[in-house]
Amino acid sequence: MSGHVSQTAAPSHSDHSASPWGGGTSPYKVSYGKMMMWFFLISDAFTFSGLLTAYGFMRHKYEDIWPTAGDVFTHFPFYDGHIELAYVAFMTFVLIASSVTMVLAVEAGHRMKKKSVQFWMVLTIIGGAIFVGSQAWEWYHFIHGTEHGAYLLEDGVTVMRHKIDPHTHVIEEGTFLVPVNRDGALTEGSGFREVTGNEAAAMKATATHIHGANLKHNEYGIPLFADFFFFITGFHGFHVFSGVVINFIIFLMVVEGKFEKTGHYEMVEKSGLYWHFVDLVWVFVFTFFYLL
Amino acid sequence: MDARDDIYEYSLDTHHSEEQGKKMRKKFMGVLALLSVVTIVEVGMGMMWSRDESMAAILKYTFIILTLVKAGYITMIFMHLGDEKKSFQWTVLAPYFVLIGYLIFICLVEAVYTGEMRPGIENYFGF
Repeated sequence: MSGHVSQTAAPSHSDHSASPWGGGTSPYKVSYGKMMMWFFLISDAFTFSGLLTAYGFMRHKYEDIWPTAGDVFTHFPFYDGHIELAYVAFMTFVLIASSVTMVLAVEAGHRMKKKSVQFWMVLTIIGGAIFVGSQAWEWYHFIHGTEHGAYLLEDGVTVMRHKIDPHTHVIEEGTFLVPVNRDGALTEGSGFREVTGNEAAAMKATATHIHGANLKHNEYGIPLFADFFFFITGFHGFHVFSGVVINFIIFLMVVEGKFEKTGHYEMVEKSGLYWHFVDLVWVFVFTFFYLL
Repeated sequence: MDARDDIYEYSLDTHHSEEQGKKMRKKFMGVLALLSVVTIVEVGMGMMWSRDESMAAILKYTFIILTLVKAGYITMIFMHLGDEKKSFQWTVLAPYFVLIGYLIFICLVEAVYTGEMRPGIENYFGF
């Protein structure tokens, strides 16, 4: 091949922009690998958007009885009180910080600083591991539920919850909340109604006492909330996990000195793109699942 | 492996000087500060007003706008899509915005309708 090229006076690096139609150039001025990573990320973005849009669909459909994330995710390590969304805010910060360490690794790669690339990649991997661990911790608390639990009515779907004061977080003993239109009719009211006394006792008699959430029932209300939570955060968590694995493999390649030989650290840049994408998805999951 | 000298290697463009590096690191730290502040503001607003019915609509649109701002900084600065050619930026973003814009529109409209037509909570998988 090289013989042929030398005879036909191959275009040198300086005149590669002569004509985009002459071949041998990339109109986008990006390498093949980087472009394909971008195209993969677009398809992955479609997947996540589909999931979040489906979530939005169901949430708008059951707007009146959808659980508030602030009531569900109230735990914080080593703190025995009620503190809303603090832990998930911490997780978000960890992921953003690991995104920054990743971009610093990419930047160090552009200056061919091997030591620096290694350092920032180790921090990125640690940040990712903390995030996955935090997610496991949060799943544990969601699956485990609260001490007081809730009552799954005889239809196997509707949940009768304890009424909890939104400000003091204390249970109002003997008062329960049930969705209004569970009887099938198009009722004028929506949301929840309070059930007390004999009515509550009668409903409790045929109900099952449940704690926490799984794919079948959910202590905090409609089972769809738990289904979407497990699927979306699970799918995202799986992305973070594979990101940590990919980063670790690239890290080993950096240590080996493979990219010093190749002459560029573009592989770090490509895995960086994936890692930032994982952070990008989390920004949306955080807003739509936890904040709204 | 012999490098082909008839094809320009765009991956070889991925170098810059110490001077440029310094500037870039400063920019990344600025973005980190911005993203952290926005997240803290969001959580604070959620804690203060999430139970206030009159604030619900304002809160919802503020959160969505702030999220798009964060997403913009991540794609443009961290993923340095902002440094790519304009044509490449459009190739990545245009199909996404067109198709997802359509999907969101159609799903939310249908969701509100099916919510109104909802026969009962026990039919929660039904459309």
